[in-house]
Amino acid sequence: MSLVDRVRALLGDDAVDVAATHDGVPRVAPASPDAVALLLGTAREEGWHVRIEGAGSWLPTDAPVDLALTTRRLDHVPAIEPQDLAATVEAGIGCDLLRQQLADRGTWLALDPPGLAGRSLGSVVATATAGPLRQGFGSVRDHLLGVTFVTGDGRLVQSGGRVMKNVAGYDLTKLAAGGFGAFGVIVLVHLRLRALPRADQTLVLEGSREELAQVSEDIAAAAVQPAAHELMSPALARRERWLLAVRFAGSAALVSAEETALRAATGGGGRFTPLRADEAHALWMRAAESFATRPVTFRIGGLPDSSDELLDLLQHQVGDEWISASPGVGAIRWGGETTVDRLRRLRRSLAGLEVPLTLERASWPVRAAVGHFGAYREGVGPLVAGLRRTFDPAEAFVVAVEGAE
Amino acid sequence: MTRDGRSLIAALAGIVGARHVRTALPERITYARDGLPTHRRVPGVVVLPGSRDEVIAIVRLLAALGVPFVPRGAGTGLSGGALADADAVLVVLTRLNRILRIDPRNHLAVVEPGVVNVRLSAAAAPDGLLYSPDPSSQTACTIGGNVAENAGGPHCLKYGVTATHVLALEVVLADGQVVELGSLSGEPWGPDLVGLFVGSEGNFGIATRITVRLLPIPRAVRTLLADFAALRTAGEAVSAVIASGIVPAALEMMDQSCIRAVEDSVYAAGYPRDAAAVLLLELDGAQESAVAADAETIAGILHAHGARSVTVAADAKQRERLWQGRKKAFGAMGRLSRDLVVQDAVVPRSALPDVLETIARIAGAYGLTVSNVFHAGDGNLHPNISFDGRVPGLKARVDEASGEIMAACIAAGGTITGEHGVGLDKLRYMPLLFDGDALAAMRAVRRVFDPEERVNPGKVVPVHACREWVGSVNAERGTRNARADVRSDFRVPTSALET
Ligand SMILES: Cc1cc2nc3c(=O)[nH]c(=O)nc-3n(C[C@H](O)[C@H](O)[C@H](O)COP(=O)(O)OP(=O)(O)OC[C@H]3O[C@@H](n4cnc5c(N)ncnc54)[C@H](O)[C@@H]3O)c2cc1C
Repeated sequence: MSLVDRVRALLGDDAVDVAATHDGVPRVAPASPDAVALLLGTAREEGWHVRIEGAGSWLPTDAPVDLALTTRRLDHVPAIEPQDLAATVEAGIGCDLLRQQLADRGTWLALDPPGLAGRSLGSVVATATAGPLRQGFGSVRDHLLGVTFVTGDGRLVQSGGRVMKNVAGYDLTKLAAGGFGAFGVIVLVHLRLRALPRADQTLVLEGSREELAQVSEDIAAAAVQPAAHELMSPALARRERWLLAVRFAGSAALVSAEETALRAATGGGGRFTPLRADEAHALWMRAAESFATRPVTFRIGGLPDSSDELLDLLQHQVGDEWISASPGVGAIRWGGETTVDRLRRLRRSLAGLEVPLTLERASWPVRAAVGHFGAYREGVGPLVAGLRRTFDPAEAFVVAVEGAE
Repeated sequence: MTRDGRSLIAALAGIVGARHVRTALPERITYARDGLPTHRRVPGVVVLPGSRDEVIAIVRLLAALGVPFVPRGAGTGLSGGALADADAVLVVLTRLNRILRIDPRNHLAVVEPGVVNVRLSAAAAPDGLLYSPDPSSQTACTIGGNVAENAGGPHCLKYGVTATHVLALEVVLADGQVVELGSLSGEPWGPDLVGLFVGSEGNFGIATRITVRLLPIPRAVRTLLADFAALRTAGEAVSAVIASGIVPAALEMMDQSCIRAVEDSVYAAGYPRDAAAVLLLELDGAQESAVAADAETIAGILHAHGARSVTVAADAKQRERLWQGRKKAFGAMGRLSRDLVVQDAVVPRSALPDVLETIARIAGAYGLTVSNVFHAGDGNLHPNISFDGRVPGLKARVDEASGEIMAACIAAGGTITGEHGVGLDKLRYMPLLFDGDALAAMRAVRRVFDPEERVNPGKVVPVHACREWVGSVNAERGTRNARADVRSDFRVPTSALET
């Protein structure tokens, strides 16, 4: 029996879309977590290689495999609990749809990942791609109460739960978040929500990178506590010069007090321009979506006091056309065109500064050569290899965790 | 003592000096419990290394000999996690107590695992910074123990539990290999192994160096005490506060039994003795006007939801007093009876009113005194059972009541522990929460770090409940906790090493 026939027999005719992929790989869309488990159990038996896809809008869907597993039909929202500020959602739901459903119930997921608005939630979790709101609300893992994932040999593993604190057993949720799908297909996510902020204000300041870096330092020194504090390159912000965008979200009293503090800390007066809600929305959306259109995106994790030096290094080695940096936490996201050699050299230079580089998106040849991760610290490589063997014994998932170097 | 035992002790003494190896029974007995009175295990040997190099040497020695070992911090844990059997070596880390670095510019600190929690905030205070996780035991517990348990505390409601604040770790694995997890920025070099290690209860190795995030000391603080005539009303007020969108730094609840215990003790905080419950709330932030306005909004919500009165601490002294009562509540309750079991479970916040009533019913049915003092904002309950372990049959009743309370919390959509861990005490509840695949996955992950399951054996995962895991290397070896009797362990185990 052919692979397609086998899958149809397992999951039903409508689970396979043969024409859908550009590389002729059959795309399978299981309709439930159990169906995912069934499919992967069979993949293990048959020795099929599988790539995991969400909406297909972030990571290029080009890994060489026997079948593509998309979470597209896992798009239910079993529970939104406004009174508990928690939600349970299937991983294939688009972030935009989820955002709308949450807002209708007065709640908010304080994550603004890069990529198109319809990106699947599962892809955000699997790649741990946080956006500017990481300044105020932390990285992706800080929003997760638990996940359920399906391992490479078709086991459904639940981890965490739907309550705010949970230390029952080891925290496998942390492996799923940012594991790039190497440990399993994330099928269900329990989220920590916030009440929709009563006030939400973005203010911007244009200037040279050096000027804005100084303003950023003043903001940090004055203990202003923004939800986002992002330095954007001119191309990304679609401005003449670099742009510093500061966002406050919370109660009306908080937002107004923070705005006053921001002005006081940065020389008073009208240096920062407040944006209207629609303008702010457009700015943040554009910045997020721009990264989905560059061939390569990576993030690096530096320290606040090294932001400037790291931006110089990036400019020198790979250019600085598409940059979004959170100077308050030291995180920088880069997008653009570059080569395998440059990426490798950059990762080595950064490793010398104790700064990790995570390749977020690139074509398969680049991912395979460079790896999402690399330059592991002492002893980490064997642990990662052991974990992969544990969750994907037959190496069903085709994921470029490490590069070929 | 066996010859093997004697040569092990000699080798340990060669590493740390004879002074820091404890072999006499009375000395070892002092390590037979942690903060939970219902479990007791006398370790075979106790060793207290003074540096990371000594830890590495000890672990390599034990690996070569195939001897199990248990890391231990201050021993304040509440799940029997830091107890070692007679055939194991207890590695006590309290001498590794140096704060290695505070970096005020980047808001981080590097510490050894034996640093007592509260010392770090004190050391960071001159730079205007603090270490946010503040377990009530913070004057005694260690950062290493906090990492292993993923400890929480009142202020974790707004700022997150220990996991949120740990950036990097140096870990000595069971075979003596040293690994570096995480980075100073918190962005991992690969999958999030720091996140995985935090909360692993000593099963993945010994953390010898810990890098944590520090936060600015809030410039503005308001502490509010609200009192209620019914427990249910207080529980409902918690949900109303959370729904307001204002996130208090802390939102704690104490019931009448706890209030009275505190008021009868030296920690009397001025809580109204006739209240069925009080809520202690704190709002903080960088901007005075915002905190003041938010405090007013919250006071309004509390009044609207049935608070008889809302008091705002007038000054730092009164604030301190209100908190002292909360933080010392366990100590105050300890005076109610000879033994106190501090339970730990989490429920969805909206389930608090119902679950509190259920707990009271269970206590009544078993004829036990249960007092509640807990992190209400997170739904993290601490029903505390006072009893006298010498009364025949009473401990069994406490165990059964605890089991029913756990079952009620699980039925409400909750979990069996929010911050104290599984250790030995909660092994029996793990299969109520996780199926065989999830438990087997946990065990398989543990074996990646410690293939022989030699570090802190018999804790966290009930091995008999694990389904077979094909992916794991040799899943059938070693079933320690299947042998361990988690229900009755008042017996001193006989040890081959006992003198
Ligand atoms: C009165 C009282 C109040 C408490 N309040 C709170 C509270 O508010 N919140 C809270 O979360 N907990 C609380 N606790 C529980 C306890 O204090 C915490 O679990 C704390 O984190 C334990 O720290 P410790 O140093 O005492 O660790 P121990 O009890 O010595 O050990 C705990 C676990 O950590 C492991 N361990 C210790 N050090 C290391 C290391 N360096 N590397 C690897 N593993 C290690 C041990 O093997 C053990 O499994 C309270 C306890 C008491 C007695």
